[in-house]
Amino acid sequence: MTASAEIRSAASPTTVKTLTSPGGVEAWHVESDVVPLIAVAFTFEGGSTQDPEDRPGVAQMLARLLDEGAGPYNSDAFQERLAARAIELSFNAGNDAIGGSLKTLVKHADEAFELLRLALAEPRFDQDAIERVRAQTVAGLRYQQNDPGVMATRRFFEEGFAGHAYARPTSGTVESVAAITRDDLVTMHRTIIARGRVKVAVVGAIDGERLSVLLDKVFGSLPEAKPLKPTEPVQLQNLGTRHVVDLDVPQSVIRFGLPGIPWRDPGFIPAYVLNHILGGGAFTSRLFQEVREKRGLAYSVGTSLVSYRAASMTWGYTATKNERVTEALDVIFGEMMRLKDEGPSEEELQKAKDYLIGSYALGFDTSTKIAHTLVQIAFEGLGVDYIARRNDLVAAVTSADIGAAAQRIFGGGQMLTVIAGRPTGL
Amino acid sequence: MDTALKPLPRTGTPSEGRTEGGGPDVSSFTLDNGLDVVVIPDHRVPVVTHMVWYRNGSADDPLGQSGIAHFLEHLMFKGTEKHPAGEFSKVVSGLGGQENAFTSFDYTAYFQRVARDHLKTMMSFEADRMTNLLLEEGVIAPERDVVLEERRMRVETDPSAQLSEAMAAALFVHHPYGIPIIGWMHEIETLNRDHALDYYRRFYTPENAILVVAGDVTADEVRRLSSDTYGRIAPRGKRPVRFRPRDPEPVAARHITVADPKVEQPTLQRLYLVPSCRTAKDRDCYALELLAEVIGGGPTSYLYRKLVLEQGVAVNAGAWYMSSAMEETRFCVYAVPAEGVSLSALEEAVDAVLRSISAEALDSEAIERAKTRLVAETIYSTDSQSSLARIYGSALAIGETLEDVRRWPQEIEAVLKDDLASAAERYLILRRSVTGYLQKAVP
Repeated sequence: MTASAEIRSAASPTTVKTLTSPGGVEAWHVESDVVPLIAVAFTFEGGSTQDPEDRPGVAQMLARLLDEGAGPYNSDAFQERLAARAIELSFNAGNDAIGGSLKTLVKHADEAFELLRLALAEPRFDQDAIERVRAQTVAGLRYQQNDPGVMATRRFFEEGFAGHAYARPTSGTVESVAAITRDDLVTMHRTIIARGRVKVAVVGAIDGERLSVLLDKVFGSLPEAKPLKPTEPVQLQNLGTRHVVDLDVPQSVIRFGLPGIPWRDPGFIPAYVLNHILGGGAFTSRLFQEVREKRGLAYSVGTSLVSYRAASMTWGYTATKNERVTEALDVIFGEMMRLKDEGPSEEELQKAKDYLIGSYALGFDTSTKIAHTLVQIAFEGLGVDYIARRNDLVAAVTSADIGAAAQRIFGGGQMLTVIAGRPTGL
Repeated sequence: MDTALKPLPRTGTPSEGRTEGGGPDVSSFTLDNGLDVVVIPDHRVPVVTHMVWYRNGSADDPLGQSGIAHFLEHLMFKGTEKHPAGEFSKVVSGLGGQENAFTSFDYTAYFQRVARDHLKTMMSFEADRMTNLLLEEGVIAPERDVVLEERRMRVETDPSAQLSEAMAAALFVHHPYGIPIIGWMHEIETLNRDHALDYYRRFYTPENAILVVAGDVTADEVRRLSSDTYGRIAPRGKRPVRFRPRDPEPVAARHITVADPKVEQPTLQRLYLVPSCRTAKDRDCYALELLAEVIGGGPTSYLYRKLVLEQGVAVNAGAWYMSSAMEETRFCVYAVPAEGVSLSALEEAVDAVLRSISAEALDSEAIERAKTRLVAETIYSTDSQSSLARIYGSALAIGETLEDVRRWPQEIEAVLKDDLASAAERYLILRRSVTGYLQKAVP
């Protein structure tokens, strides 16, 4: 094992070591003995963008099948081994990656890492397990079929990324899931679950030496990566259009989108500060104040910067009764144009920066949260020192930076809007 | 400004965790004005979780004013004489803190998470709004609209939430646990400033509150800071009394259906009226907790194995128990039918499986596995200061003690096979139950 580049500074909310095992597996490692557990997060490049074009849902079904039987154990036996030691193992698929997490008591670490190894390297894809997961997936899709939030989001991606892999639903459709074969799953597994394609973060009561051995066992045995299907870069489309998904409900769910700035772009941090001012998570954001506090238009309203491998966007959400949809949209759009034209005040900018800097440490208070944050940063290729640099980047943002970000996001003066419900007066 | 809809996990400091990892060194004391204080040190990061819990929730809403506890929770962000509307939130945010609040059946809680140095600032603001809320008339109507939108979002657009409300209303024939936390639409619409202020004056007092601080602090620091802030609030003399009617002994098995054209996937639910951790005799609540895990906790549970793996009549099945409640509470069994299986056929299959619990479900391996998982959860919970603050706060708010929380893992370990069989036989019986169908409306 070679340990290097220990990051420790006053600005860093945690102390991260990079570690390379004898077998060449890299991981970010935070050692902490206070609680007798180990939390692991990992992510493999390549998610639902790798689905066959006519059969979306393969990557997600693969993620659901990894813990449904592996090595010598069928599904029930595998789950029993996890449960008997209270080992928590889960997988999930997104657009660009298949990720997962493992949580175990220290005393069961060997068994936990062995079960993780089996799930990744030797999933069985037994036919009964495939049929069960298929039935569960279809039931889940049907359960959400007329949920206004789900419908609005689905339509938003269909319009916003028309013709691109991001337009296809990660969970597939009732029809596509029915058509997925065992071969689809086996092929997807060979494509994505490979070494050299994975980022790993480990937090908890384990030292680097012991961890290295376990990492080699789990990830060292995986096959070498084969090339992925390329994902063409894409811009958010259909800006300036508005779409209604008709649904007989008293409240309309609204999704809206504008251009974004990707996490790896130098303009990201100013855009992130700008987003916080517009619709970030605090009760002080402009949209929260104007839409909720002053007008009582909605319970929830906000925006976030979404960064995919091949696209980025500013994505917003709210829900208001059918009669007030027009008013809500006008207020939201008006606030964005006001930010573009006038910018935030110096005080507002300073307050936003203070919040983002001060609150960064709050995301590092549990082992699981730390592991997930680290693996995201690794996946984005931002470097292990990002955690220590990040608050300085926020502090350095100027009004001019905000203006430039606002121009890139709001400059076109158009957004894509999707409404699920029965809005009146549009 | 959230509505707490799901019960908290019932987990505390594990006996095992103490020897293995130390476990939190929780302490408590009471200020002169009657305010209870709990301190949970966690020195891993220089952050604190500051919570104030009030011993009143939606089950204390006056008749005809359902939703007032939750509405007031929203209004608590609307400023005092000293700090006008929005100032507290601005200060929290400017200090890099996060805040929110939630209402449940038995309690209401407010919290901030901030860097340790700002704890006293949080205390002075929170102490201020304990008794000095202003409520200008202008803030009432927009905030009521916000709550109405919240209800539309959570319930009016979601048939499964409507079924849950209808089932609770049928299960609790008299007790206010049958009324939704957020309130009924038609009653929320009539809530006004007087309702809110009456409720506030009755319940927001130091005797009725519990301060919980978790994080990078010591008990001495918290004692000093809280005496300086909360300690200055004048006592009212005694804690307000909550009046809770008791449900009669149930005699009728009830069946309920929500049929809606939007439903594409039918589901089956069953609720049983059972004792809570506060009403249970002979440690029945620990047996019910373990029983829920054995028969319904995940893919190795009895219901899942029988209905999903063996019989293939369901694609999912499980159970849960809401032990944290002041009065009799709910035990839930649920199942999602496989394609082509009717809800009534599934219900028959569920009942057959439930009848076979004593004979088949309670092998020692299954019981051990369930115990291991429940006890491990208590160790996992020590990884999160916010989780610990919630576990201790909610326990005290319903009248449990710190010792009850500490002892929880040992109590779970002590449950015997016969206790489980006996609990299943006495409580999982149809006359104590409501069965709910969610299905597509046939035009």
